[in-house]
Amino acid sequence: MTDASNHVETRLQNEVLIVTLAGRWMLADGVPAYDWRRLFEEEQPASIRFETRELKHWDSSLVAFVLRLVNWAEKQGISVDPDGLPDNILNLLELATSVSNLSRADGEPSDSPVARLGNQAIARATTANEALSFLGDTVISVGRLLTGRSRMRWREFWTVIQDAGPSALPIVTLISFLVGLILAFLGTTVLAQFGAGIYTAHLVGFGMLRELGAMMTAIIMVGRTGASFAASIGTMRVGEELDAFQTLGVPISDYIVLPRLLALTLMMPLLTLYADVIGIGGGMLVSVTMQDVTPRLFLNTLINAVHLNDFVIGIVKGTVFGVLIAITGCLRGIQCGSNSEAVGKATTSAVVTGTTLVILSNAIIDWLATLG
Amino acid sequence: MVEPVAHIDATIEVRHLTMAYGSTVIMRDVSFDVLEGEIAVIMGPSGSGKSTLMKHLVGLYEPTEGQVVYNGESFTEAGPARRNELLRSFGVLYQNGALWGSMTLAENVAFPLEEYTKLSKGEIAEVVQLKLALVGLRGFETYFPSEISGGMRKRAALARAIAMDPKILFFDEPSAGLDPVSSRRLDDLILRLRDYFGTTVVIVTHELPSIFAVGDKAIYLDTEERTVTAIGSPRALQDHPPNERVRLFMTRGG
Repeated sequence: MTDASNHVETRLQNEVLIVTLAGRWMLADGVPAYDWRRLFEEEQPASIRFETRELKHWDSSLVAFVLRLVNWAEKQGISVDPDGLPDNILNLLELATSVSNLSRADGEPSDSPVARLGNQAIARATTANEALSFLGDTVISVGRLLTGRSRMRWREFWTVIQDAGPSALPIVTLISFLVGLILAFLGTTVLAQFGAGIYTAHLVGFGMLRELGAMMTAIIMVGRTGASFAASIGTMRVGEELDAFQTLGVPISDYIVLPRLLALTLMMPLLTLYADVIGIGGGMLVSVTMQDVTPRLFLNTLINAVHLNDFVIGIVKGTVFGVLIAITGCLRGIQCGSNSEAVGKATTSAVVTGTTLVILSNAIIDWLATLG
Repeated sequence: MVEPVAHIDATIEVRHLTMAYGSTVIMRDVSFDVLEGEIAVIMGPSGSGKSTLMKHLVGLYEPTEGQVVYNGESFTEAGPARRNELLRSFGVLYQNGALWGSMTLAENVAFPLEEYTKLSKGEIAEVVQLKLALVGLRGFETYFPSEISGGMRKRAALARAIAMDPKILFFDEPSAGLDPVSSRRLDDLILRLRDYFGTTVVIVTHELPSIFAVGDKAIYLDTEERTVTAIGSPRALQDHPPNERVRLFMTRGG
């Protein structure tokens, strides 16, 4: 035994287990592992006493060690005589086991699978309920706006217009240009195999105007604007700013949701139109360079191939997507929990829900269009 | 080179510290000592730079001039590695607890132990249990910070701060947001931990009851003069205030 490390010895004397603690007890050296239960079973002591004359230095590693011993002894009904311990350890033990400052944890959630399933179901139902009442509030807000009784903040509206419009142009330009390129590339390679390379303009026109122009813009805006709605509103929830609106009697739907909803619903069709034009430009570039087509021929073919209907459907889609993105972004932000981690979750959830809704509604609109 | 100081063996020596944000000087020429096992209270009106001073002491901010010296060794001049070593002997309790929201209380307290000691999982669990029990949170190991009250969060944060048996404990506004009873219980806990572990404690606060309850030494930061204008035991400063502003502060403007 050296002074440098902790040391424990036990011996039995007249049914009294004498625990000798010696050496230097440092947290960095670890807490000695002792199988007290086995020791108690083998030795069957009636009580426990401590010997600490050779104790050099100690910190909480010793307290943790003694606390565990005391807990085991309590379980086995063995009395512990703590008098041999240094005063400070006694005080710490008393503090750690005192009942006065101990408010026992109760109502701990049950861990059984059935309970978890039930809790999940209740949580889902609550979320759905919240979403419905949020939708209701928003509709009422829009109603107030239409009848001129809304308290919408126009400054917020213009900020969102700026953020969801001009500021989004560079990324929308890049993505829709590339999508146009890809569509035309598909046309020139795949269709050309069947001698139908001339129909590339059909593919680009129909694809951009009716489907991808709106959809790619929507996917960009979900990640850019929907996520930022959720994050900024979620942060307001954490900072109790939303509560402050509510206690002032100001409807959140007027102040927070309406400007965002209105701005995005206005900007999305415009962005879709812009994406259509850029995408067709990208497609034309590929056609002109890879095939023997002049820009004029490309555009003429395209105009003959698509109907005004296709273009209108694309713009309608863009508008619907705008509504969906704004609503999911705001809803997730408002549903946000009250800690900083919840903001991240709200943002993720806004993106996931937004993307899902965009793609789902795209399919539904396409289906409805075939009916008409 | 650190100028040798023979006359004291203070745990913390703050020497001619000047603190500034950019070119705005917050405090200048701040000097005081904290002895081993002493509870020092940094007090002063709101906006006097108390929290800023504490952040300089734990190396979150760099002083523009002057030094912070721990046990005769300059913290300000220490290299990054040595600084980290010194930091490990500190425990800091932030104003809002600063518990990590994605971890349970047990994981919060275990984190420094996992990072900086070679203790096994079982040993860490034992130390964590002890530390949570010491602050009166036995049985709350699996709770997340968002599931407990503000007072409990503060105590859990204290358990994390004392996880490594620090030599020096820093508290930023420990009573902020606590009711009088919880606040007193926390003061009581601070006193006991100091008594039992011999920890040196630095507390930033403007709560008079706390200052009188726990402070061995009070350091008054003056907003107007931008420096320390009074050092002494809280009682002495109340009975014999060195200037009018200290008197007003110690008597709640009376």
